[in-house]
Amino acid sequence: MAYTKAKIKDLVDGKIDRDTLHTMLATPKDKERFQIYLEILQEQVDWDDPIILPLGPKLYIVQRQSDKKWMIRSQAGYDFCEWDQNWKLHARIRVRSTPAQMEELYPRLMAPSPEWQVIREYFCPLSGDLLDVEAPTPWYPVIHDFEPDIDTFYRDWLDLPVPERA
Amino acid sequence: MNMQTKVDTGGIVRGGETLKQHRDRLMEATKRTKHYAGLERLDLRDSDPIKYNKLFSRLRAGVVDARETAKKIAASPIVEQEGELCFTLYNAAGDSILTSTGIIIHVGTMGAAIKYMIENGWEHNPGIRDRDIFCNNDSLIGNVHPCDIHTIVPIFHEGELIGWVGGVTHVIDTGSVGPGSMSTGQVQRFGDGYSITCRKIGENDTLFRDWLHESQRMVRTTRYWMLDERTRVAGCHMIRDLVQEVIADEGIESYWKFAYEAVEHGRIGLQARIKAMTIPGKYRQVGFVDVPYAHDDVRVPSDFAKVDTIMHTPSEITIRGDGTWRLDFEGSSRWGWHTYNAHQVSFTSGIWVMMTQSLIPTEMINDGAAYGTEFRLPKGTWMNPDDRRVAFSYSWHFLVSSWTALWRGLSRAYFGRGYLEEVNAGNANTSNWLQGGGFNQYDEIHAVNSFECAANGVGASAHMDGISHAAAVWNPEGDMGDMEIWELAEPLVYLGRQIKASSGGAGKYRGGCGFESLRMVWNAKDWTMFFMGNGHISSDWGLMGGYPAASGYRFEAHDTRLQEIIAQGGAIPHGGDTDPENPTWEAMLPDARIKRDKQAITTEAMFKDYDLYLNYMRGGPGFGDPLDREPQKVADDVNGGYLLPRFAESVYGVVLKDAGDGMKGVDGAATAARRKAIRKQRLEESVPTQEWMEAERQRILAKDAGVHVQQMFAASFKLGPRFEQQFRDFWNLPVDWKLMEADLPIPSYGREYSMDISELPDVRTVQFVEE
Repeated sequence: MAYTKAKIKDLVDGKIDRDTLHTMLATPKDKERFQIYLEILQEQVDWDDPIILPLGPKLYIVQRQSDKKWMIRSQAGYDFCEWDQNWKLHARIRVRSTPAQMEELYPRLMAPSPEWQVIREYFCPLSGDLLDVEAPTPWYPVIHDFEPDIDTFYRDWLDLPVPERA
Repeated sequence: MNMQTKVDTGGIVRGGETLKQHRDRLMEATKRTKHYAGLERLDLRDSDPIKYNKLFSRLRAGVVDARETAKKIAASPIVEQEGELCFTLYNAAGDSILTSTGIIIHVGTMGAAIKYMIENGWEHNPGIRDRDIFCNNDSLIGNVHPCDIHTIVPIFHEGELIGWVGGVTHVIDTGSVGPGSMSTGQVQRFGDGYSITCRKIGENDTLFRDWLHESQRMVRTTRYWMLDERTRVAGCHMIRDLVQEVIADEGIESYWKFAYEAVEHGRIGLQARIKAMTIPGKYRQVGFVDVPYAHDDVRVPSDFAKVDTIMHTPSEITIRGDGTWRLDFEGSSRWGWHTYNAHQVSFTSGIWVMMTQSLIPTEMINDGAAYGTEFRLPKGTWMNPDDRRVAFSYSWHFLVSSWTALWRGLSRAYFGRGYLEEVNAGNANTSNWLQGGGFNQYDEIHAVNSFECAANGVGASAHMDGISHAAAVWNPEGDMGDMEIWELAEPLVYLGRQIKASSGGAGKYRGGCGFESLRMVWNAKDWTMFFMGNGHISSDWGLMGGYPAASGYRFEAHDTRLQEIIAQGGAIPHGGDTDPENPTWEAMLPDARIKRDKQAITTEAMFKDYDLYLNYMRGGPGFGDPLDREPQKVADDVNGGYLLPRFAESVYGVVLKDAGDGMKGVDGAATAARRKAIRKQRLEESVPTQEWMEAERQRILAKDAGVHVQQMFAASFKLGPRFEQQFRDFWNLPVDWKLMEADLPIPSYGREYSMDISELPDVRTVQFVEE
């Protein structure tokens, strides 16, 4: 089942109609979705470097035109690191580790107990956008949550040329 | 020749093999060819696809029909209302061909029981004959927890075994130390209640009298137990009849081929879906949940179990270019002295319950998906224990808290490809479990396990909020049940049922909220109840900027004087009290003894008429930055009771204004300014991650963390050397930094000494995963 760009944009914008949503859930996936999706996302960012893979609503792997390096970039344009590194190590972090900090998010008694669990918020250094939240125990290493094999994905799964990488 | 002679001289499987020979041949061919049973081609499917699909459709429809019909026999609302049952058809080797709707974790568990019978010579003793009935609930060989009772019936055709059918229901009580199907008071298997290992309980389609007499007195809820058994037997016999009808119409050769090709078809199907929906690469995530046992209200028999611990399940999913995948749980916690341990089969089989909701949403759920997946569960972990004393009665406490992390991993793939409709930030911690027992309103010995938490909040997606009070990960047909039915089943009157405000995790799309029921004990005698859920830890993280779901707490009130208050026409608690930070019920119950705290797991406490119990069902986690949420949706959440008003501003940066009729609207200009200020505040209050890491490293060097946190890491280091090395490398720890359980000021029984079930004489266990 194929969908128009307008319908996929509705999905991205959180406005998809129920009938189309049901079809999307209940029928085989549309392989071409990826390219249309990239086009839509590219139109929504203020920079021209091509998006290679979206990592979150405001986080992308992009091909930096100036040097062809693949970088992890925020919507606001901050380049954290190269694509295969853990971007969170290059972000700004705020750790909620007191009851008062937890109770800004949850009512007392419905908040985690900070001696058991903390909340780590990772922000874009340019915009203050919240890009990821971890909620582990104290001491827990920062998780490198995704290492995509983009070459195989493009070349073998989607029959697309792999963008140049410096 | 009678059947016994035949067993002595040859096998009972169609064609003359013994069950063991048959399974060995299939497994050898699977290993050698990488195709199930060596089926490199699917002859029936390819040569006669219409017949193949006809077979599938008839059998699948029949299995579902059997479930729908049989569940009407049950009296237990767990089965009749919540649909906590499932039927599965197996081939002769015990591999599932297809399964019904319902609690499909059992696609693998009953198969594990059949394989145990095969590997341990049941064919010769006690013998397997046409019209036999077997029963199993042994969690040491693959069951989820003892309250899931399996009825297993072999299927014969012209004197030869051609398959099996299994039916399972979740019974309300198994006669464990405490009443209720998932009780907390025991810390070893010996307190988990009635345990049955693949026992022959009937011949000639008739249950043995010794079984009927013994089993009914091993549990508290005899009537439910016996009607549940009739439910299972009826469903199995319906499916056995169906198979015989299908064979009469389509021929045994076609059925026989189908019974194996369907499994290989399932394996190939999984691989194709992985390629169609995900992205190759590595995905890492982790799950935690609290086990707060060092508390006065957790009364367990053994001092060595009275410790606070944390379940830790890191996972790495590797998706390869050919669409195969591997799930590795290196670093997971050791099994423990509680009832939350799980067998490797329930851990792996249960994952398919999740996957059918996104990755493989087809009707062909069978063991093919298991053969298409490599699991590594280190031996000795809570999901692959190496000790035969472990208890399992609420294995789901750890299972759901671990699997919720897998949603995040897969959702990164779905998001990357633009399949936003499949993204799910996670499931809810499916609790609280209201359990207890005593004498009920009918003056009978009784136990209760309210299954209202089959309707928790759902995690947010990448395009919409999670659905509220709607689902549980373990049963895709989630339903909170009718209050009137629960009141018939439990001596507990509903004083109120309402949405649990602020229980869903915040986000651009928020997690679905749970709900809560306030129950008053009524017409009960010698009654007890307890709590079971997460409290100190929210097991369900958000995704891509979304926050975790709220965690749990308990509320119970004793000596309420509600009888007098009602007689005087006074106000009594119904709903309200939406904010536990600003409670209102305490003032309405001035002399009551109230416990309102974070101790969300307890053991049996005494309750009497007019006492109160709050059953709070958890919400799901959120997706995306809450500051990107459409402001009007935040106002709608406040107006609808999904969000406590003060969090509109502190979490979402939305400034509300009166919109008439007591409703709230959005002050757009003030909201824009507030959001800008919050972003600025975030940058001011945050530091570069590397800077924080140096400070955290100093805490680690100084061993500055609670003993329960240190115990968690120490236990994971011992079982997961790779996890320890990664931890050391990440924090750049010196070689002389050591963290050993033996050095901690709490007991760690089981740390050095354990004895596996496989060490018992004449026992052959079946290994399903890499250890």
